[in-house]
Amino acid sequence: MARDDGQKSMGSFYAQISANKRKSGLLVFAFIMLVAGLGFLIGEVWMGEGLGFLGIFGVIAIVWSLVAYFAGDRMVLAVSGAKQIQKRDDPELWNVIEELCLAGGLPIPRIYTIDDTAPNAFATGRDPEHGVVAITTGLRSKLSRDELQGVMAHELSHIRFYDIRLQTLIGVLVGLTALVSDVFLRGLFWGGRGGMRRNRRSGSGGGEGILIILAILAAILAPIFARLLQLSISRKREFLADAGAVQLTRYPSGLAGALAKISGDAEVLEVANRATQHLYIVNPIKSFEERAKSLFSTHPPTEERIARLNAM
Amino acid sequence: MEIVLIVIGAIAVLIILWVIGVYNSLVALRNRVRNAWSQIDVQLKRRYDLIPNLVEAVKDYMEYEQETLQRVIEARNQAIDADGVAAQGEAENMLTGALRQLFALVENYPDLKANQNVMSLQEELTSTENKISFSRQHYNDMVMTFNTRIEQFPANVVAGMFTFGQEDFFEIGETERDVPKVDLR
Repeated sequence: MARDDGQKSMGSFYAQISANKRKSGLLVFAFIMLVAGLGFLIGEVWMGEGLGFLGIFGVIAIVWSLVAYFAGDRMVLAVSGAKQIQKRDDPELWNVIEELCLAGGLPIPRIYTIDDTAPNAFATGRDPEHGVVAITTGLRSKLSRDELQGVMAHELSHIRFYDIRLQTLIGVLVGLTALVSDVFLRGLFWGGRGGMRRNRRSGSGGGEGILIILAILAAILAPIFARLLQLSISRKREFLADAGAVQLTRYPSGLAGALAKISGDAEVLEVANRATQHLYIVNPIKSFEERAKSLFSTHPPTEERIARLNAM
Repeated sequence: MEIVLIVIGAIAVLIILWVIGVYNSLVALRNRVRNAWSQIDVQLKRRYDLIPNLVEAVKDYMEYEQETLQRVIEARNQAIDADGVAAQGEAENMLTGALRQLFALVENYPDLKANQNVMSLQEELTSTENKISFSRQHYNDMVMTFNTRIEQFPANVVAGMFTFGQEDFFEIGETERDVPKVDLR
């Protein structure tokens, strides 16, 4: 029923939300600078027939991102084997979500269940009007009403903070970075020299050599940095969604309890794979590599998430 | 000389456009506040409508609890008739207390707990209580957003030019902070 909220917790999640949005913005800016810098270096060094290919690859990347943006939710749901439910199928789940939508002034999303004993949930949809949330039967049965509400609040926050839109954009940037680097390096290796010879300005041979070396270095390192930036952004947005969940429920213990329950379960979610792992509330791929290197994880460590929630 | 006039004219146009933009966003925010206020009444009405159904469903099982059931019905009727925000708030509080009592008693009746009808009604009432609470929370959030906007610079200039006043938070009175002490027998 109605909960009593201590005044001191009100400041914390607001502060966290605005700090987080600021940091995300900085990271995206750094990203764009990275891609722009790479493009500039390569453009300086290599002009010629290759531009045609770059253009084609760029167009493919943009078309793909548009497809993912508009139809991505249906694709993800099909891959996961999710079934849509109405209120009569699960009144408690429906009510929990409807309450949150009231708290946040949001339209009710499409709700799906996934038949899998591993506990997890995800959200997708480019804006709240096209929102989708899904939960596994495994998680649904394990959580109390408050914990369920915490999880759903986290997922709804991903939607209302436009995380899916952001991550699509980032995905395009990462793809473009990798493509540009790839095309350049292969062109360099297999006869782009013709193009570069044409670019030679009289009397500046030494300067051009350094540029070529820089461009090669950039082309090799940029995709790696791009991926690391993408993962860092993903982790920040997870913390943001946690703070957003508390903003909706004003009850951090709900989500904290759910996270504790989920992380304690060692079962691997069968339908998840690398392409969709960032959408889930807790990283569903529990391989050794993911746990070993936190730089390469799409999600922050659960203990830290719980600690931040308890501090709110 | 014409260039100076053109520049001044352009700046004036920009300022007017900016004022229009801020005015419209303040109107949108104020309407969200009003919408959120009426949402609270929607949820309250839901509760009034659900309660008679619940009492009907449990009446035959809980023949020894007629007093509690009566109290719930009376509290509900009082809340509907209550006049003014303060009186309504007090009546709502009594109703919440009476409902809590009733839910606590349902725990003692295993037959009731096995009854699908009663359980789904209980879920509906729990949800309605939450919705009332969340809709008040949302209203206060909208009030906070609106008040902050009209107080901060530079939007406060536009707010002052037109009639954008501060909205009031939904607050429970001092006396209502005391949870009513209802005995279970």
